[in-house]
Amino acid sequence: MWKTVHTGRVWKYGDDINTDVIYPGKYTYTDLPPEEMAEHALEDLDPEFASNVRPGDIIVAGRNFGCGSSREQAVTCLKHAGVGALVAKSFARIYFRNAINQGLPIIQSDAVEGVESGEEITVDFSVGKVSTPRGDYSFPPLSEFVMGILEDGGLIPHVRRKLGID
Amino acid sequence: MGQTFAQKILARKAGLEEVEPGQIVTVQPDKLLTHDNTAAIAKIFREIGVERVARPEINVIVLDHVVPAATEGHATNHQQIRRFVEEQGITHFYDVGEGICHQVLPEKGHALPGYLIVGSDSHTPTHGAFGAFAAGIGRTEAASVMATGEIWLMVPHSFRVVVKGGLPKGVYSKDIVLYIIGDLGADGADYRSVEFAGPVVEEMSIASRMVLCNMAAEMGAKAGVVEPDEKTRSWLTGRTSADFQEVFADPDATYERVIEYDVTELDPQVARPHTVDNMVPITEVAGIRIDQAFIGTCTNGRLEDFRVAARILRGRRIAPNTRLLILPASREVLLAALADGIIADLVTAGAVVLNPGCGPCLGAHQGVMAPGEVTLSTANRNFKGRMGCKEAEIYLASPAAVAASALTGEIADPREFL
Repeated sequence: MWKTVHTGRVWKYGDDINTDVIYPGKYTYTDLPPEEMAEHALEDLDPEFASNVRPGDIIVAGRNFGCGSSREQAVTCLKHAGVGALVAKSFARIYFRNAINQGLPIIQSDAVEGVESGEEITVDFSVGKVSTPRGDYSFPPLSEFVMGILEDGGLIPHVRRKLGID
Repeated sequence: MGQTFAQKILARKAGLEEVEPGQIVTVQPDKLLTHDNTAAIAKIFREIGVERVARPEINVIVLDHVVPAATEGHATNHQQIRRFVEEQGITHFYDVGEGICHQVLPEKGHALPGYLIVGSDSHTPTHGAFGAFAAGIGRTEAASVMATGEIWLMVPHSFRVVVKGGLPKGVYSKDIVLYIIGDLGADGADYRSVEFAGPVVEEMSIASRMVLCNMAAEMGAKAGVVEPDEKTRSWLTGRTSADFQEVFADPDATYERVIEYDVTELDPQVARPHTVDNMVPITEVAGIRIDQAFIGTCTNGRLEDFRVAARILRGRRIAPNTRLLILPASREVLLAALADGIIADLVTAGAVVLNPGCGPCLGAHQGVMAPGEVTLSTANRNFKGRMGCKEAEIYLASPAAVAASALTGEIADPREFL
């Protein structure tokens, strides 16, 4: 179900977090269930993450989050680990598309400058604002087309609706 | 108002007079490329609830990532893909041993000028070397293309990268593109279409142009392109009977940036661990001990790459305690390298020749590294853990630099061996 406002505890990371450290290539070509993918989330970056992440937590990062391989498990593993939203200064293109297509809210914002790991932030899509302990950061609205996919819960339900299957 | 290559091709595919950067268009791709991830995509396709692939003729499926299967899990994955191919009547299927998707598509005439190609692999921009607009996509959207035959794309802003000057001895397209990535940064062209042009690019072989477009992914680009010319047409001769229409940027197109590079004084380049934009001239890292040297991949696994390696290694022997892995990008490349005697030269020098495929590049099998080891590779990525071990280090360079380094057992300047 689409929520306009997301509040969650922050896991903060730096620039250029690539998909190899989000979800290692060695697991990529065997078909693991999403819950098992979640156990490997951020394995090579932050070994604490997978065992301590709580539903609704928000990942906040610097520039070029999700660069590298197009592997969609790098989104799936975070989504099934319970991550409620991704906020970064910028995202790699395919990663950005993958997140939208899986219905995981993704926001381009400098909020990383106003928050530390463990603190809480709120992302409000209705006004385009991320509220952090050290100030508010506005973000440009996503296009209507992209919001349509997010509101439907991702590309699969979106396509099902379009094809009249649901 | 002039239009860029990306604007022209996307406008044509969308059936519009013209399109603007930032505009979202729904288009029907000419080809959908998928590989070992096809089983996962097929699973999502079934979740959508459609029985048949909408346009099976656009599907090109190449098994390349972990071939031959390394484990029962990989073997089962391949088996599921073969079943899907049969069930859906997909004719463009290339099984284990044909090569890497980004080499096989062009060889089999599926990457053509003016085509719109989407692929569930981040190095899909490689096909821009043939004048196609080629972009990587995710698995869910690949499944959606199978179900609907179409996809949404945002029209990108474009960079025009003009390469001028005289290319020095021992310096190749790999060095040029590594230098550009170092200059622009790993996200320097995020979501952009990058047009490579200028006299140096015009002079380049098709294989060298493929290196530029392949590595466009490492500057974040949605697509890289070299406009087609006589070389492109001659390369494609005999490979396809399909109709295609070449697309060129207008001379008065509007670019977000036009960037000129003069390569006359360029040194061979090396990307240090663990990002591709961590660039230095080779002279600054020469002497670093390596355990493994690796020539191959969708970036540098073509005949000209092995030819220069053989020229350096012929009649010599690689350094003790150094491994040299050779990975031809396709069966066609392997056969040509065999016919030329290149493979014999390399094997005699101490190389291990692997079967065509992605091999060690993604760390799933073949040439996985141990903690503390160093590989000098011709691949496109040096991320931590990329070759299967997060305590190992990967440096990236041209095939000539990797061959020279295999001889000495340390990072070596290829200009001293040519």
